Amino acid sequence: MEPVVHLRSAVALLGRFPALAGASLAVGSGEIVLVRGPNGAGKTTLLRVCAGLLPVAQGEATVLGVDLRADRRAVRTRVGLLGHGNGLYDDLTVWENLRFWGRAVGADEAEMHTALDLMDVAERLRHVPVHRLSTGQKRRAAVAVLAARRPELWLLDEPHAGLDADGRDRLDALLGRAAGAGATVLFASHELDRAEQVAHRTVVLAGGRVVEALAPLEVPPC
Amino acid sequence: MLRSAALVAGKDLRVELRSRVTTNQVLPFALLVLLLFAFALDPDRGTLRSATAGLLWVAVLLSLVLGVQRSAGLEAADGARDALRLSGLDPAGVFLGKAGALAAQLLVLEAVLGIGVVVLYDADPRASGVALFVVTCLVTTVGLAATGTLYGALAAGLESRDTLLPLLLLPVVAPVLIGATRATEAALGTGGAATSEGWPWVGLLGVFALAYTALGLVAHGSLMEEA
Repeated sequence: MEPVVHLRSAVALLGRFPALAGASLAVGSGEIVLVRGPNGAGKTTLLRVCAGLLPVAQGEATVLGVDLRADRRAVRTRVGLLGHGNGLYDDLTVWENLRFWGRAVGADEAEMHTALDLMDVAERLRHVPVHRLSTGQKRRAAVAVLAARRPELWLLDEPHAGLDADGRDRLDALLGRAAGAGATVLFASHELDRAEQVAHRTVVLAGGRVVEALAPLEVPPC
Repeated sequence: MLRSAALVAGKDLRVELRSRVTTNQVLPFALLVLLLFAFALDPDRGTLRSATAGLLWVAVLLSLVLGVQRSAGLEAADGARDALRLSGLDPAGVFLGKAGALAAQLLVLEAVLGIGVVVLYDADPRASGVALFVVTCLVTTVGLAATGTLYGALAAGLESRDTLLPLLLLPVVAPVLIGATRATEAALGTGGAATSEGWPWVGLLGVFALAYTALGLVAHGSLMEEA
């Protein structure tokens, strides 16, 4: 079976700097894979490459059967990316944000409500402008927007950051449910205790390359 | 494309309705510019009146810079641009939507400034020039909104975008300033110009608007990628 994410010696440049310097990785359908590594290892770049946001300069890169070197835009509507930013408009309410992004990808309103329920975004907060929310509430809303897209590949960069214990539990449950339904999850995190609980396996990045692919219990301390 | 445009325009206008940046900040700024011109030229009322058309459009152009910075800034904040690129919305539709929302805000601004020049500058619009003035405003606004949206996206990829945007945008819209000023002078009858003398300038403004709208439809996708 063809892997959902397949990179072989992939190089991605940030300016002239090779932020991904020959990374090789294969992730199968339904897998939850933790990407870890020190700052500057290339974790964010790897996620952005897989989302089709950054071009691959050399090597092979296929995501969801799409050759990213040939047409990286073709994969974008099939993936969901939660980056360091939340992708929310501060002056719109949570519901207005969700409705805008949901309509953009063709999600119906029932899916949007379900996504908010799954992240337990309180009814009273759904009609409050995002700039009035706490960091954690914004993150919950951003995860709900992502969930409403029903992506085939979830790409998350430090997804637990800013979330309280309940929010983290809900996110982990959401990722588990998505993987159970056949979606693939690739996420970067420094919060290893939490991340290893949800991940099926771990890959370690250093200097823009995958240096180890380990099961969670084998991961050495960074 | 039109669906994407409607979604984005609706979103940008809703953001404006909530934040009221145009009504509470850009509009007062534009009126202040008109007022400062009045202070500077008041000793010679004739000069102020004869320069009304030019001063009106200079105030619009300066306000345009603020409007474009705001419009482009919405997508620069909190990862919204990445989300937009992943949304599958047609880049040409995104351009049309953002330009449409900006145009709507500019039209409101021009209506208020039009009243402003009548009150502050004693501008005396003649009945025969009303249609010319309205069409001039509409066509000019399309050109300015298209150019502003295009250059807003272009500047979004630059590190010093807030300071570079006026340097990039204002020279490009200089022909619009000239055309809109001449057409407005004809509408107002400033300097004895006949109303009919304004329509060729409207034609020029129309060509500019069409050219930059077409360029924006083609180029906006690439600019979103580079930002």
